Amino acid sequence: MEALISLFIRAVFVENMALAFFLGMCTFLALSKKVSAAIGLGIAVIVVQAVTVPVNNLLFNFVLREGALAWAGFPDADLSFLGYLSYIGVIAAIVQILEMVLDKYFPALYNALGVFLPLITVNCAILGASLFMVERDYTFSESVVYGIGAGVGWALAILALAGIREKLKYSDVPAGLRGLGITFVTVGLMSLGFMSFSGVSL
Amino acid sequence: MSETRKVLLAPIFANNPIALQILGICSALAVTTSVNVTIVMCIALTSVTAFSNLFISVIRNQIPGSIRIIVQMTIIASLVIVVDQILKAYAFEISKQLSVFVGLIITNCIVMGRAEAFAMQNPPGLSFMDGVGNGLGYSVVLLFVAVIREFLGSGSLFGVEILATVNNGGWYVPNGLLLLPPSAFFIIGGFIWILRTVYKDQVEENDFTMKAHVKKEAM
Repeated sequence: MEALISLFIRAVFVENMALAFFLGMCTFLALSKKVSAAIGLGIAVIVVQAVTVPVNNLLFNFVLREGALAWAGFPDADLSFLGYLSYIGVIAAIVQILEMVLDKYFPALYNALGVFLPLITVNCAILGASLFMVERDYTFSESVVYGIGAGVGWALAILALAGIREKLKYSDVPAGLRGLGITFVTVGLMSLGFMSFSGVSL
Repeated sequence: MSETRKVLLAPIFANNPIALQILGICSALAVTTSVNVTIVMCIALTSVTAFSNLFISVIRNQIPGSIRIIVQMTIIASLVIVVDQILKAYAFEISKQLSVFVGLIITNCIVMGRAEAFAMQNPPGLSFMDGVGNGLGYSVVLLFVAVIREFLGSGSLFGVEILATVNNGGWYVPNGLLLLPPSAFFIIGGFIWILRTVYKDQVEENDFTMKAHVKKEAM
């Protein structure tokens, strides 16, 4: 249990998807102009992460890994080269299913998240979390915790950036830096702040 | 300027994917601590963008609109698998350093963005050139960042020591900040600033304009 809690804290702060690994940057920079949009996107990312990482973990351990197909009578099969194709397929399918389920049973939530869900398929943070999970060889319970942690970390980062940018638009920025330029510098400073967590050992 | 040339050269500065279209920043920053690794990443991305554009453009009239994203994704993911296997076979050390970032080319918005925005409407030859051009635009920014980071951060270029560092008995004290993630943001911010000083039309409008100071007479 303790190991799982420390994994969660590490995924949220120390190994923050957005600010330590630069994943999901495109949406991170493009959709952080308003706090309300950032909240919607953040929640959508947490939900999708929490589902896709464990599912990809099962897929890797029971189908793709070397020798994993022994239960089906192929002890020598090694399908790990199909990894990328399968993970992105799983992510695209889950996002689609999630969209349909939300539309049917939780219309209010669907309306809030609607625009952001399709965007999430091509968000590097989602695929990145699955790839990190494979690279670090997490067990199933670890992958659940890691998925949620990575999502929460990303949501936290985009929320903080949106808060800063809402204030930033009133400031007098040099012409060339306006918009994207100053946002990069801001994210750099935030990332520097998050680096202080790297000293935290759990 | 002929159209092919324009398609190839425009994305490098005038319509740079990273600096102007906010595409493909995701994997751009984490792999720029050494020039060697960056070059491999740039080659990988340029070839994936070029070939995915080519193949998608070849079958663009056969792809049904409703499932085009999945078709594009499958083509891109297959190309990335090929690139990844080649890297593992011939450049194992570098492929270890790139770790998950080769896989992340799949979700790199440049590849998807160009496939969707250009390859779906244009003939194969032109689409291929557009892919190469956008790949080069990405590479220019990445190399700019990587050269600064490796040169000032560890005093070397391409792994060859140029400034003798203090650790090896020289004079140069390496700037550790440049090896850390945040420095990449500052450098790209600076790159955008330089680019937009040259290309004035890329400057974004302010949401609010400042009123000039009103001078008050002293009491």
